[in-house]
Formats: sequence, C-alpha cells, structure tokens
Amino acid sequence: MTAPILVFGWGNPSRGDDALGPLFVERIAALGLPDVECLTDFQLQVEHALDLVDRRRVLFVDASVAAAAPFTLSPLQPARDASFSTHAITPEAVMQVYIDLQDEPPPPCTLLALRGERFELGAGLSPAAADHLEAALAWVRNWL
Amino acid sequence: MAFALETAPHPEQLKRVAIDPLSRVEGHGKVTLLLDDDNRVQQVRLHIVEFRGFEKFIEGRPYWEVPVMVQRLCGICPVSHHLAAAKAMDQMLGVTLTPTAEKIRRLMHYGQILQSHALHFFHLSSPDLLFGFDADVATRNVVGVIAAQPQTAKKGVLLRKYGQEVIRMTAGKRVHGTGAIPGGVNKSLTAEERAALLAEIYQIVAWSREAVHLIKGLFEQHLEQFNAFGRFSAHTLGLVRADGAMDLYHGGLRARSSSGSTLFDHFDTGRYWEVISEDVKSWSYMKFPFFKSLGNSAAGWYRVGPLTRVTQCDFIPTPLADRERQDFLAFDGGSAAGATLGYHWARMIEMLHAAEAIKDLLHDDDIVGTELMATGRRQERGVGVIEAPRGTLIHHYRVDENDQVIRANLIVSTTHNNQAMNEAIRVVALQYLDGKELTEGLLNHIEVAIRAFDPCLSCATHALGQMPLEVELLGADGAALDRVTRDMRGVCRRDAVPASLP
Repeated sequence: MTAPILVFGWGNPSRGDDALGPLFVERIAALGLPDVECLTDFQLQVEHALDLVDRRRVLFVDASVAAAAPFTLSPLQPARDASFSTHAITPEAVMQVYIDLQDEPPPPCTLLALRGERFELGAGLSPAAADHLEAALAWVRNWL
Repeated sequence: MAFALETAPHPEQLKRVAIDPLSRVEGHGKVTLLLDDDNRVQQVRLHIVEFRGFEKFIEGRPYWEVPVMVQRLCGICPVSHHLAAAKAMDQMLGVTLTPTAEKIRRLMHYGQILQSHALHFFHLSSPDLLFGFDADVATRNVVGVIAAQPQTAKKGVLLRKYGQEVIRMTAGKRVHGTGAIPGGVNKSLTAEERAALLAEIYQIVAWSREAVHLIKGLFEQHLEQFNAFGRFSAHTLGLVRADGAMDLYHGGLRARSSSGSTLFDHFDTGRYWEVISEDVKSWSYMKFPFFKSLGNSAAGWYRVGPLTRVTQCDFIPTPLADRERQDFLAFDGGSAAGATLGYHWARMIEMLHAAEAIKDLLHDDDIVGTELMATGRRQERGVGVIEAPRGTLIHHYRVDENDQVIRANLIVSTTHNNQAMNEAIRVVALQYLDGKELTEGLLNHIEVAIRAFDPCLSCATHALGQMPLEVELLGADGAALDRVTRDMRGVCRRDAVPASLP
C-alpha cells in the first residue's frame, strides 16, 4: 500500500551542500514513520510524477543557493513551464506532468528549499548547511 | 595539429557568441562561435568547462568501495559506471563470474540502456525532432511533447520507469544501488520480482518497436534535412562479441576506418592503451582520444555510441532489433547510417534490443540462482570496459597490497566523442549559421547536433536557481553587445538588444 505522505529529496551526495536534500530524507527515513515514504534521486525527472500517485501530500526537498537561511517553504502549483532543460525539471513541472498523465489534480505539494553554500565535488557539508539541515528537521516534525 | 574552423587566424578581430551552458544535454558545456563582420563563421569550439577530477577522488579508497563510489559521477548513467568498475575489480580479483552473477549484471545493464535511451529520445530530443529545430522555445520541450502527443510521451515515461524498475530489482535500490560487487553480485531476483517484470515486458518490447518506427517515419518525412544535418565521416570504435554480434556488456574492441576497413578487431580490452592514446588541448578540460596506429588526434579521432555499434556489429542477437537494423542499413541506400541524426534511429534500435534481451533473461532460470560470487587469483590491475548508453566506457585501476586504489583512469563515452561532436557543430555552423543573423532557433541547431551524441559532460550537480542558458554576443573589442539568459522555467531576459539582432 502506498504511504500517504511522500518526502522527496534530490541532489548529489558527493557535491558538498548539494547533499542537503538526500541527507534530510535519510534522517526522516531513520524515524521509521509508517505513513511516510522517503525517496531520493540526483535530480527531478518526468517519471517522478508517478511517485505522486495516491499521496495525500508531498514535501519536495532541495538545496538552494537562492533561499534565505536556514530554509524557505513554498506551496507549489502545477506549471506547464518551458523548462529548457530536462536534465532537471522543476517540481512544478513534475506536478503538471502528473496532471497530463493521470488526468486529475496532483496532491498538495510543498517545496522545502535548504540554503546551501558550496557544491564542489568531494566536499562535505558546510557548517552553515549542517545548521540549516538541523533547523529544517526541527520544523518538519510538526509537518509530518 | 588544428582542424578547419578550430582556430581562427585573428580571433581578436571577431565577434564571439557563447551558448553557455548547453541545454538538454547531461552536464554542462559551452559552445563559442567567432563570426566576422559579415556574420561568416570563422571558429567553432565545444568547450567542457567543468573539471571532473574524479580519478583523484577515487585514489586511496579501498577497491571494494569503488563500484558504489563511481556512481556519483553521473545522475543519468550511474549503472554504467557501477558495472564498468565492478568488471575492472573482477579482473583485479582474477575471477570469472558465475552464470547467475553475469546474467543479473546484464539484466541491470539492459535496464540502464532502456531507461537512458528512453529518457534521451522522448525527453531530450523528441521536442526538436517532432516540432522542428527552430520551433517556438515555449513548446520545444518535454512538457510540450506531453501536451501535444500525450500517448507518445506517456509511453516514454513508462519505458523509462520500467528500465528503472529493472535497475532497482537487480541493484537493490533505484539510486546508488550496490548489486554488482567485485567478484559477483549480492542478490539475484526473487520469483516475485521476476513475475512482476515479466508481466510488463511484452508491452515494453512493443512500445520500443513503435519508437523505432516513430524515428524511421521522421527520417522519411524529413529525408533531405535529416540526412544532411551535421553530416561528417569518422573512424569508429566499439565492443563486439567473439562472433561479431552486438554485445553491450562484454566483448573485444573493434575499430573501423572512415572508409570501412578494419583497423583492429576483437582486441583485448585489458590492453586498450596499446591502441588508444589521448591528446590535450588548452581550450578544453576534456581529452581528445585517438587511434595510436594513425599517429595523432588529427588523423586518428573516432566516434562511439549507438550509431557506431549498430553499424559496425555483424548482427544483433535478438530478432526484432536485428530486422530493424537491416532496415536502417538499407534505408535510402544506406544514407541514414552515416547521418548525425542517425544516432537517434540507432539508439531506438538499441532500446528495442535491450527490451528483447531483458525478455530473454527473464525467461532464464539462472536469474533466480543462488551462486552469486566467484573467487580467483588477485592481480595488481583491472580494466573494465562496457558499452554504456552513450558509448564505450573504460575504467582502469591499479590496487596496492593494502587493497587501496593507487591509480585510476576513466575514459568516458563523451570523451571518445569529443572530436566527433566538434566536427558535427562545425558542419552545422556552416550549414545554418554562416552569413546569417543569429536567432535562438538557429543557435538551437548547434545544440541539436550535440544532443544527437547524448553527451554526458560532467554530471549531476545542481541547485535551485542555477542552470541558466546564457547566450552572449561580444564585439571585436570584447564589449558585450547582447546577452540573453533563459532560466529553468524557460523565461528569457535580454539585457541589451543591438539593432542588428532580431
């Protein structure tokens, strides 16, 4: 049976603060919550629309160089955006693909953007990003 | 030695146009065009601007970690690196895999070929092929494909999803799987997993066949344009099985000259450095490989990947794909087999082959076997070569007596195709841009040529708010005349618009 809540983080764990999304999801997974499914990937792709099927709500989690520290939250709306790159499409575009494939509205989705500082290959998490991760984990307990 | 249009005699007197980074290719790259005052093309280069540095990252690590670590090279083709590294470590351990281990790895590999080729064709390239190279940028993307042709797009999504399910069941996880380990695998399929994959595979084969016919139809529809677009001749390199069949997992190296003569055949991959060397150029971080017997990179460069594999194997060992291969080779007197856009057709033939190969493996009882590991006599060195979705992939390691990697050399598919991609964009620049005013649609022609190779330029870092596409036009004095930035949502912002540009 599909868990009603999906937490989906993305990023490259070997690229410094790009690991924030997957690390956040790892920590949630360790809680072993029965109603929560945790998924990670390197980037969002169109087939992730299928991971939204039968969910009550979804939390997308990514590192961001633009977000205010420690993190920002935004409710998401489906958007047929003209993303020039399908190397990594936006969460809004994933929601739109869901509508096109399933012919119904997607579940409510929220974006958690964790502020990151450095993204070099082989770098670990920066001290600031580690603080942002803890702050987001403290927040998410209520959301879940 | 320089190629035509590689280096202009007086670059300081020319206008510079940069496409930076390329969109809809895996990773980041930049193309610069130098134009004279009449907009005639004088210099074209594909630059790889991100230094990968992965070999150094691996040195000092214990060998058994490597097949998992190298997956972090790439978010699109991690399984290829996983398997190439595992094959290298098999050789280092001196083992011959058990039938179960080899078949599980093959299953994983064909799942990877299927999902990667589906992603490339349906999501990266079909917008150009279905809507036209200079169609409105607002619809020339995968979301536009879904809106205009929902059934085609849905099949693309489900083909990719199926390939990833194969990977998940053979590698243990959808991302960063650990299925292949030095000397074998750590799991085979359960009866339930086998049944789940079998239930869908016939539909997957049928959709893959439809995809071949889709690209064939596009070739028929746009015969002259598709055949001529970015066309060039090149030497070729790829793996073949001992009987000459296509084999994407294991084989010997076959190289043919641009005239079709054999340069070497069934060459032992464990001694690849005896036939391949690499050149460097100051303007790109990516090396330029060449056949040693031809002297240097100017004479000895070559191309790899689906077009090479489909044309230089003697046959494909699955019936539907082999029939499509014969149609492809015979089409219009063989013209598509030498066309840059022939990569797309060849890629779909390989996707069909992968689907058929998965079907055959699912009917083989070895995939639920329990003999997972083999042992052998330890060596100092291991070389793993595999035909990844984009072409030949070489992993070469030396391991010391403490089991630590002391040297690593990776020649990835896109590096083999470096010169070939440069050739393709120079031809396209002359065909479409020479003497014309620049538009977004014309610049996209350059990107269409590069996408045909499905390059993976460095891979897998991103963050929200990044990855813009920037096109910059500089005057002879270096001053910016025009700059257009396109963000992740396709929104363009123009900083300055000179009168001479549309």
